[in-house]
Amino acid sequence: MADIVASSAAARASGRTSLHKVMQRKSTIAFLMALPLILMIFILVAYPAGYAIWLSMLNKSMTKFVGFGNFDFLFKRATFWEIVLQSCIFAITAVIFKAIIGFVVAHFVNNIPTKGQRKWRGMLLVPWVIPAAMSTLSWLWLFDPSYSAFNWIFVHLGLPKISWLGEAGWARFSVILVNVWIGAPFFLIMYLAALKSVPEQLYEAASIDGATWWQRIWFVTLPMMRNIIAITILFSTIVTFANFDIVRVLTAGGPLTATHVFATWAFKVGIESGDIPLGATVSLFMVPILAVAATFILRDISKRGSEV
Amino acid sequence: MVSRKVSRRRFMANTAALSAVGVAAPFVRGAYAAGKLSVGFWDHWVPNANGATEKLIKEWGEKEKVDVQIDFITSQGNKLLLTTAAEGQAKSGHDILAQNTFLPARNAELLVPMNDVMDQLIKDNGKVNATVEYLGKVGGKWLGVPATVGSQIKGPCSRIDLLKKHAGIDIQAMYPAGEAPKADNWTFDTFLKAAEACHKGGNPFGIGLGTTSDNVDTIGAVFHAFGAVMVNEKGDIVIKNDQVRQALDFYKKLMAFLPPDVAAWDDASNNKFLVSGQASMIMNPPSAWAVAKRDAPQVAEQCWTHGFPAGPKGRYAPFLPFFWCTWNFSKNQSAAKSLLLYLSQSSSAEKMVAASGGYDLPSFEKLTTFKTWAEEGPPKGTLYHYPNPHNHQILSVAAAPAPHKIAEQIYNQGIQTQMAVRYFKGEPLEKTLDWASGEIEGFMRN
Repeated sequence: MADIVASSAAARASGRTSLHKVMQRKSTIAFLMALPLILMIFILVAYPAGYAIWLSMLNKSMTKFVGFGNFDFLFKRATFWEIVLQSCIFAITAVIFKAIIGFVVAHFVNNIPTKGQRKWRGMLLVPWVIPAAMSTLSWLWLFDPSYSAFNWIFVHLGLPKISWLGEAGWARFSVILVNVWIGAPFFLIMYLAALKSVPEQLYEAASIDGATWWQRIWFVTLPMMRNIIAITILFSTIVTFANFDIVRVLTAGGPLTATHVFATWAFKVGIESGDIPLGATVSLFMVPILAVAATFILRDISKRGSEV
Repeated sequence: MVSRKVSRRRFMANTAALSAVGVAAPFVRGAYAAGKLSVGFWDHWVPNANGATEKLIKEWGEKEKVDVQIDFITSQGNKLLLTTAAEGQAKSGHDILAQNTFLPARNAELLVPMNDVMDQLIKDNGKVNATVEYLGKVGGKWLGVPATVGSQIKGPCSRIDLLKKHAGIDIQAMYPAGEAPKADNWTFDTFLKAAEACHKGGNPFGIGLGTTSDNVDTIGAVFHAFGAVMVNEKGDIVIKNDQVRQALDFYKKLMAFLPPDVAAWDDASNNKFLVSGQASMIMNPPSAWAVAKRDAPQVAEQCWTHGFPAGPKGRYAPFLPFFWCTWNFSKNQSAAKSLLLYLSQSSSAEKMVAASGGYDLPSFEKLTTFKTWAEEGPPKGTLYHYPNPHNHQILSVAAAPAPHKIAEQIYNQGIQTQMAVRYFKGEPLEKTLDWASGEIEGFMRN
């Protein structure tokens, strides 16, 4: 009897010890600390995503499982392929311009003496910090058919008025412009951080070797910033493809369907027109493409990381 | 004018036979003994207009011992639409929810039949127009009660001075306050000539061709006036007909006299165009005029709301009703019906109309002659013809008579305005019709 009591007490003690050990592990503590975030991601991201996938496999009245029937239906619609094309034009053009502007401005800011740099950094971040819907409303007033400030200036300069949001080409230009205006500061701040981490000795060595300004950029700056550039472009591409607020506020997809992107078209079809499964299908269309792109980019980054 | 009051008790007595499953069970008296009721109504843009509705609901709640929770939900940013979709998906939410245009038909299977309430209201307040019936009654079942609040006719709102100056039209003589219209000559031909003259004079008509409601409503009425049907009531696509071609030809001519960016207009664009003083006419309920009263009084005092021009098949105007609907998962359906009956009485409707400055429009034929419309101004009588008091025009909705699930998509995706813009921009007419036909074919899926 005494043996049994002793062995069970030992087992309890060893159990406590192993639990204690597990709890002492850094990975366990890290997991527990991250648990609220994991739960939040599950509730706010994983569950809605799963539900959207489920919805995309139902018929219009949501009474029957149709598998990939909605995707099959979309692929046969000319309007859908217009949206695909526009989304690609919108996202790719905007990301390219954001990256270029961010890169150039980051260099300018980096060359400002440290004392005055904070002011510039703060001011240049403003478009990114203001809620996009609010700043887009301001842009809407600038482009407004009746009160356009740009057109007012044009008229006073003797130039013809531009139908900013009424012509397909100008409307596409306008939504891309606003997206670049809002998104470029993100690139700027990321590139600025990357620039500051490039060792000054590398530039000194390049100068001693007689490298030109362009050679310093091409052979020193860009290779050192490659990972940051890749990650920034990846994040921005995903966010820009999923953009809703700018297009919704500025053009609502018009004129005709010239500025619709996936999110605004999904809203139009799913919520406004009452075809929720089709709306879910539209919104999910880019997921596999972006997931493959993300996998390649992240793999490349981790490969370079291990090389370093 | 209707004066007969319908008490909740009398309504209950009348409907007892129809409500055998306890819908008409009498409430037990006591403080809030009859339970709770949650109401989600459209948040009115007119300051203090919600107040009249709120007061009426509170009066009813106190009388019937029901604890009423009222939410006024804005339609800005599609909040009300999203709330409706969310409640429908979650099968949980307000006992009564305001749903506009095609939403009751979309949610038909989730809504409590209101036939008993509507039978009583039609008996008391007169018939409703065919558009209300088309939108609110599916398969013989009334899906909601047409709401006074938010329902509207989107007829022309013209500048008296500019029409006279540019087109030589005395719109007040055509639509005199307090009298029947003298508008036999107010046809599409006259309208086009006036549009051209006003365009030449530098004050074009402000008629949008985007895909939002105001734009679609206007072209919908024009299509009806040409007898242009795209999908018939059986659901057959009949878009390739001469009436549709005529309607598009008309729009092609009209668009030449409109501002160049009308294809991008939303529901606010025409309002801004009027208030800015540029427009000689827009198609809108009196909201634009009311904003002008506040922001540009010199514009407002020249505004006159009147009827649509007539086309070859008649004079049609767009009517957009809101409905007060009750979900079938509502816990207090009898109280909901009782409240809706109370809010739809003539005296209640009159208070709502007065509080909204004449914007709100009851759907019942005996409720279109309240003194608010005759007295509102400036100029006095500007809203007299707004509620169509002389049944001068047929009230309609774009895409009717197509089955609701198809019509809703034609409406919400602005197929008619898109056709007009494509054709105007040089696309051959038959190609435009092919495009529209293909789009509509896609709406047929179940």
